[in-house]
Amino acid sequence: MFVRRTVSACLLAAAALTAVAGCGGSGDTAEPAAAPAAGSGSAAASASAPARAGLTITDPWVKTTKKGMTAAFGTLVNNSDAEITVLSGSSPLSPKVELHEVADVKGKMMMRPKEGGFVIPARGSHELKPGGDHIMLMGVTGAVEPGAQVPFTLTLKDGGKLEFTAIGKDFAGAKEDYQPGMKHEG
Amino acid sequence: MTDLTRRGLFAGGAAAVGALAAGAAGATPASASAAPLTPGDGGRAVEPFHGPHQAGIATDPQAHAAFVAFDLLKDTGREAVVRMLRLLTDDVRRLAAGHPALADTEPELAAVPARLTVTFGFGPGLFRRAGLASPVEPLPPFKRIDRLEERWSGGDLLLQICADDPLTVAHALRMTVKDARSFARVRWVQRGFRRGLLTQPRGVTQRNVMGQVDGTVNPRPGTPEFDRAVWITGGPLGGGTTLVLRRIRAEMETWDAADRTAKEFTVGRTLATGAPLTGRLETDEPDFTRLSPAGFPVIAEYAHVRRARVDGATIFRRVYNYDDGLSPGGEPDTGLLFASFQADVERQFLPIQRSLAEADLLNEWTTPTGSAVFAVPPGCSPGGYVGETLLA
Repeated sequence: MFVRRTVSACLLAAAALTAVAGCGGSGDTAEPAAAPAAGSGSAAASASAPARAGLTITDPWVKTTKKGMTAAFGTLVNNSDAEITVLSGSSPLSPKVELHEVADVKGKMMMRPKEGGFVIPARGSHELKPGGDHIMLMGVTGAVEPGAQVPFTLTLKDGGKLEFTAIGKDFAGAKEDYQPGMKHEG
Repeated sequence: MTDLTRRGLFAGGAAAVGALAAGAAGATPASASAAPLTPGDGGRAVEPFHGPHQAGIATDPQAHAAFVAFDLLKDTGREAVVRMLRLLTDDVRRLAAGHPALADTEPELAAVPARLTVTFGFGPGLFRRAGLASPVEPLPPFKRIDRLEERWSGGDLLLQICADDPLTVAHALRMTVKDARSFARVRWVQRGFRRGLLTQPRGVTQRNVMGQVDGTVNPRPGTPEFDRAVWITGGPLGGGTTLVLRRIRAEMETWDAADRTAKEFTVGRTLATGAPLTGRLETDEPDFTRLSPAGFPVIAEYAHVRRARVDGATIFRRVYNYDDGLSPGGEPDTGLLFASFQADVERQFLPIQRSLAEADLLNEWTTPTGSAVFAVPPGCSPGGYVGETLLA
C-alpha cells in the first residue's frame, strides 16, 4: 500500500536512474565520453594515457606467460576529428611485435597480421580483445608475471607514437592467439 | 529512498543522488521512512572505495558476505605481494564502481554492484613474508571453549567481500581468487548472510540463527565512540584497524531442548525484544544490581550480557550468520561469523574474550570452530593500492 502512495517519488528516481545506468554501462564499451572515467580505474592506463592527445588507450593489459608468444589488449580511443591508423607496435619485452586479427579461415579461427594495421575512426574507438584484434608479442625474452608493467610503443601512420604500459593479467582464454599453426584438440 | 541515498552513491555519479533526494522529498514522511524502492535501485547502489579507511567496516552491513583467506605461495616474496595487492585493488576498485574488472570474463555480472565492498586484511604470515614485524598474532587458545579447526582458522591474506546481492559476491570472489592464484592458495572461504535487502527497516538489530537479538551494544559508525574503538591512529596502519574473525557454531539441537526461560536467563535479555531482563526496551541499560524477590540477581552472574561487559573494552561487531548444510540426520552446521573490528586486539578484544571464555552460560550452546586475526590496512587513494602504507 505504501508503495502506491510513493509512486511519484519512485518514478522520479527511476527516471534519474535510467540516465545513470546509461552512463555507468558505457564504461566498458569505450565510448569516447566514457574513456576517461574507465581509464581512471587503472593506474597503468591513466599514467600512460596522455602520451598523445589524439590517440589514447584505455585499460591496456597483457596476458601473462612464462615464455613464447602472448598478446596485449585494451581499447584504442581516437579523440581527434581525423581517422588514425596504427601501423606497428614494439615492446622491449619482445624483439618482434605484430598487429594481429583473428579471422575465420575455412571455419577455423586463425590469427594473422592485420593488413593496413588498426584503423580507429575519428572520435571513435577500436577494441583489442581476446578473440579479436590484438597486439602480438611473437617471442617474449622473459616471463610476463601477473601485475607486471610492460611498456609498449605504437607507431602511427602519420609518424606519431603512443606509449603506454600494460599490466600483466592471468587469463585462461584467447587460446587461438597462441598456437595459430597448431591443430586444436577438442 | 532517503535510506538508500544516505547509505551510498549510485553507480554513475553524484548527480543521481540529487535527483533521488529530490524524489524522496516529494514523498510523504511515512512512506519515505518505509523506503520503498523501484526494483533495480539496490543493485545500482555503490559504496565509495577510496578514502582514509577501507570500505566494509563502517559500511552499513550488506546482506551477503564471503570471507576468503589465502596462504601465500612459498615463492611469493615482498615484490610479488605488492603486485598481487595492486591487481586485487584494481579489481575491487572497478567492481565496487559497477565496472567489469580488467580482463573480466563475465563483465555483465559487474553491472550490479549492490554496495559491493571488499576489505583487505593481512595475517601475520604476510607481514613476515614482507620482512615486517607483524602487528597481529593469532589469539591465545581458550581451552575451555575452543574446538578450533585448521580449515576455518588462520590465513596470510583475507578478503571480506560484502554486497546486497549474492551473485555480486560470487563474481567478486571469482575475480579476486583468479587474480590471487599466481600468488596464493585459498585456505578457506566462509559465506555469511544477514536479513535480505529491505526486508527490515534500517537500524533494526539483527537476530542470529538462535533467534536472539544480537548486536544491541555496538558503537555506531560516524560517532566519536566508533572512531576511538575502531581506527588505529598514526603509523603505517593509521586509519586501519584489526579484524578478529571467529566462526562460532550454534548447537541448535541442544538449544532447541532448552526452554524459553532458560534461554533468556542465559543471555540476560528477552527473546521477544532483546530488552535486558531488567528493562522494557532493547536499548534499556541492563541493571546488573537488581535482585529478584528471592534475592538473586535478575541478570545472572554468568549471563552473556554481564560477562560481555568489560570496563574500558569496546569492540565493533559486524557479524554474519552462516548456515552450511545439514547432516543426513538433519543436524545443521550453522552459527555466527563473528567479525570484530577494534584498534587493538590485546586491549579491546581479549579482555572480553577472556571474560566470556571463563564463564558465560551461553558457552553451553556455542562452540568456536574457527579463529583468525588480521591487520586491516587503511584505505587507498585513486592511484594507490591497499597496503601501500606498509609495503611501499
